[in-house]
Amino acid sequence: MSDENPAVTQATLVKKAAPKSDYKPADVSPQRRVQRSFAVRLWSVRHSRLLEWFYARFADTFLLLHPLWKGIGYGRVEAPVKFVEKRVKGFMFDCRMCGQCILSSTGMSCPMNCPKQLRNGPCGGVRANGNCEVEPNMPCVWVKAWEGSQNMVNSDRILTVQKPVDQSLRETSAWLRVTAQAAAAREAAAAAKTGASA
Amino acid sequence: MIGRQLDENPAGIHLPLDPLPGHTSRGRLERVLRRGEFAVTTELNPPDSADPEDVYNRAKIFDGWVDAINAVDASGANCHMSSVGICALLTRMGYAPIMQIACRDKNRIAIQGDVLGGAAMGVANMLCLTGDGVQAGDQPGAKPVFDLDSMSLLETCRIMRDNGKFLSGRKLTTPPQLFLGAAVNPFAPPFDFRPIHLGKKIAAGAQFIQTQYCFDVPMFKTFMQKARDLGHTEKVFILCGVGPLASAKTAKWIRSNVPGIHIPDAVIKRLEGAQDQKKEGKQLCTDIINEVKEIPGVSGIHVMAYRQEEYVAEIVDESGVLKGRQPWKREIRRDDQMVADRLDHILHDEITETQVDMVKTAH
Repeated sequence: MSDENPAVTQATLVKKAAPKSDYKPADVSPQRRVQRSFAVRLWSVRHSRLLEWFYARFADTFLLLHPLWKGIGYGRVEAPVKFVEKRVKGFMFDCRMCGQCILSSTGMSCPMNCPKQLRNGPCGGVRANGNCEVEPNMPCVWVKAWEGSQNMVNSDRILTVQKPVDQSLRETSAWLRVTAQAAAAREAAAAAKTGASA
Repeated sequence: MIGRQLDENPAGIHLPLDPLPGHTSRGRLERVLRRGEFAVTTELNPPDSADPEDVYNRAKIFDGWVDAINAVDASGANCHMSSVGICALLTRMGYAPIMQIACRDKNRIAIQGDVLGGAAMGVANMLCLTGDGVQAGDQPGAKPVFDLDSMSLLETCRIMRDNGKFLSGRKLTTPPQLFLGAAVNPFAPPFDFRPIHLGKKIAAGAQFIQTQYCFDVPMFKTFMQKARDLGHTEKVFILCGVGPLASAKTAKWIRSNVPGIHIPDAVIKRLEGAQDQKKEGKQLCTDIINEVKEIPGVSGIHVMAYRQEEYVAEIVDESGVLKGRQPWKREIRRDDQMVADRLDHILHDEITETQVDMVKTAH
């Protein structure tokens, strides 16, 4: 919180006591350091409506290919799909491969790029210029998410309260998981329908 | 017992109150708010020591002026006595602490354990926060956990209370009875999302809200207007965060160094123009409270007077928000008082009483 006398804050003392060295890492958090720049990520947010439309078609295609994935085996197809997914989404959104993609609910701004990895909205520390409190040069992921979501057809998806991240799904393909779940739901619905008519 | 205060368990000050219909906790703060009284909460500056007296001395200054005391969880990512520890000490003495839980340092396993432990000690109020980034504090090399966020933390606590289950679905034998709080900052972008964000927090389980420092009343009014339009103020008690600024220099420093606190130029000008800046800061705080208390939907104030805790009572008194009401105060109980009165006599007077004398005095 606030401090009465700036000269005696603990943080200042720690900083002063730190060994002097010419080596100064460029960004504050290791998370930020592995990202390249924001240009592509911000483009994606600006074109969130287009990407939303595209992703809907893309998910349908993936679902159509469900028999193929099932034939080869989801376990076996995981590695190559993940390879592509990681690179494509990494380029477009600076994807962190949490394995449970919610880009459609966050205006195509990946919430895992937030230094606090908030998935439900901004923290209270957003700077007046809309930048992150931890990374002063980075636009707040959630300020962008709000902008992006307002361009989208399903703009109210940002209101869903997201569950905590399941860390055991890290580094897995969200595309395949969503497809498998959709296929299972479709089969369950079909089974219920035939069950009801029989 | 004569002189027993409102909202106190007759069997002992450290015990929970009787359950009331429509109340989810057995604490004092929820009762005060649900009765429609203007609540006052404050923050205890956590000591950097292992001495319980430090906590009690710091809590004593608020006696009779506040309804609940926030036990902060390493605020600003600086290391202090833990909020669980402070709560353990405060509940023993009958205080009503608000246990802050930050997601920065603990994962969901530790947090759920602390919620149960806190509730078992008699903590009735919990404030679910995200927490500052580790980079802000005195140990920037620490691992930032952030396993949950404030929203999923709220939901976790709500599930534990209402469904009697852990996040995993495993059953609790006795669920915690809690009054759940959240923080909201109406003074940081994205401004049009903030009221909606508040709605999300309510959906996740928030029952009361403590806001960030309010120095810009018009901005807060706009936020409250939107919150009222969305119907949020009927579902949640909003306590507006206020506090005195020590000087114009401090205000400037806070503005450029503490993220999320918005201080308009007019405030700094007013402080600079004053003869006694400290006094003016206090006056400014009182003025803001007087404006804020009139806003519909504001149920109380949260006074954060970091290193100026001694002024909390004065600020609350001068603003008159309590309207003559006296919040719970730690008092010596009548039986304790009787012992204390006789102690000198028992210890130091040479008493050689015989049964015969005793019978005489008894008659």
